Amino acid sequence: MGEKRIGEQTIAFKNPPSIISTAAIAGPKEGEGPLRDYFDVVLEDDLFGEETWEKAESKMQKEAVRLALEKLKIDEKDIDYIFAGDLLNQLMASSLAVRDYKIPFFGLYGACSTLTESMSLASMAVDGGYADYVIASTSSHFCSAERQFRFPLEHGNQRPPTSQWTVTGAGAAVISSKGNGPYITHVTTGRVVDFGIKDANNMGAAMAPAAADTILRHFKDTGRTNKDYDLIITGDLGKVGMELTLEIVKKQGFDMSTNYSDCGIKVFDLTQQDVHSGGSGCGCSAIVFCGYLYKQIMEGNLNRILLISTGALLSPTSTMQGESIPGIAHAVAIERGV
Amino acid sequence: MDYLRAFIVGGTICLIGQILMDKTSLTPARILVSFVTAGVILGAIGIYEPIVEYGKAGATVPLPGFGYSLAKGTIKEVEKYGLIGAFTGGIKATSAGIAAAIFFGYIMAIIFNPKAKS
Amino acid sequence: MEHTNEERLKKEFQDMVKKNAPSSNFLKDCLAAFVVGGFICVIGQFVMNFFLGLGVPKEDVGYYVATIMVFLGAFLTGLGVYDNIGKFAGAGSIVPITGFSNSIVAPAMEFKREGFVFGVGAKMFVIAGPVLVYGISSSVIVGIIYYIINLFK
Repeated sequence: MGEKRIGEQTIAFKNPPSIISTAAIAGPKEGEGPLRDYFDVVLEDDLFGEETWEKAESKMQKEAVRLALEKLKIDEKDIDYIFAGDLLNQLMASSLAVRDYKIPFFGLYGACSTLTESMSLASMAVDGGYADYVIASTSSHFCSAERQFRFPLEHGNQRPPTSQWTVTGAGAAVISSKGNGPYITHVTTGRVVDFGIKDANNMGAAMAPAAADTILRHFKDTGRTNKDYDLIITGDLGKVGMELTLEIVKKQGFDMSTNYSDCGIKVFDLTQQDVHSGGSGCGCSAIVFCGYLYKQIMEGNLNRILLISTGALLSPTSTMQGESIPGIAHAVAIERGV
Repeated sequence: MDYLRAFIVGGTICLIGQILMDKTSLTPARILVSFVTAGVILGAIGIYEPIVEYGKAGATVPLPGFGYSLAKGTIKEVEKYGLIGAFTGGIKATSAGIAAAIFFGYIMAIIFNPKAKS
Repeated sequence: MEHTNEERLKKEFQDMVKKNAPSSNFLKDCLAAFVVGGFICVIGQFVMNFFLGLGVPKEDVGYYVATIMVFLGAFLTGLGVYDNIGKFAGAGSIVPITGFSNSIVAPAMEFKREGFVFGVGAKMFVIAGPVLVYGISSSVIVGIIYYIINLFK
């Protein structure tokens, strides 16, 4: 067993890496939401001056990386790796986004869990001594996700109340061995959990068991409980998935009702914005963390948080073949000082 | 009177579709398929005919009406030309709708771009 | 033992999901479908009466109605209006022939960026294709059965 591993699925870093810079770009609808003041850029138009939704998404991710670097005194060539992912087939948005950067690239697919997946791997690379500066970045776009996973935009269908709204947005974080926090102290890597939910319009329910599994595993491995965190926040479970997660975790003896939230709930105003159960997508936890949460930690409003991005690992093919939806969730513990 | 009947018959057919959508997890595409097939069967066994006579456009505009036209056209052609009518009748009777959908679909695709939802 | 335990957990969870599911606004949905669906048929009736008034024979008037209604559905889709009607009306705007038109025009527009042959041309039928496949196939079967029955008359 690796010397930095604790418990079954968790790593406690010996030299916790710092998140030294973040940037978040949000779409127009997200820019009307409650977190509007925390984004670096809010797009005026979903196409971002490009010809296709996919190219727009790619440009958002490229810009997020550029902005995150711009806030630092380091140059693109000082970056050792970029870990990036999105929701599109063959990672189109990420691959095109990093094409113009001369940075070694690992492409990741973890559906909407990609933000913490990339942050986990970036932290391991840094703490392992393989890199000094690593970028973790992810993106999603409502329009490119709709046409790939659901219906063409102009199709007149009705969304059920459990459905979620894919966030248009991109976030990038620079993780480094040099810096004064906020620190990534632990990562708990989730297992694929599938409780047999088949309804692709109820992804919150499909991912809730995975989120609960990872949270409980994190508590068990680290000996911490929900009381050790100012905030425990999942990626994109929405209202439906959030309630389910609370209930499962509560059954195991942890009452998180006072300090638990979900990025999919934070990013939109559920009563005003017609997003049904809440936001979803890689971009959801990306812009909420890189925009809002990071600033909250820097300003000292939050000292220690557990961020759990959640992914529904379905594909249009698996849905059509009648498979249930496998869920995944990766947790990252972030602390202001160590 | 025509209008009131069309409204009630058409509305009711759509209402059945809505109940199926909300109470079962049938996707819109499956509902369209079931409705058109149901229209063909009901048309073939003569149940849809009185509905069309009563509801007029209220029965022909919804998709079961499309199925009804397919069945009616097929039967007419079989009577006229024999077995080959089974293959020619359906599309002949619905040719206007199908050709219009393809042609206007193409034209609209040239003229318009999809817009992001808000 | 481990296995049955997992099955039990899954079952428990699925019950929990059913219990927690937010109810869609069923009565509102039904009313909207009825009213909008009925209204679209009233427009169809108006078109029918208009052409009958011009002296189009009764057996041909269906062609006119279908063409005009399909055009209206296509045009409203192009303008970006039909998806908003659909959001409100659900089956009320899916079931009429205007919805069939919408389901052809929407992918045609959406996949234009993949080109006019493999984009527009090929993707046009991703949603509506099955309607034609099942509608036409079942009508062929009806024709064959009808033919056989007539042989024995």
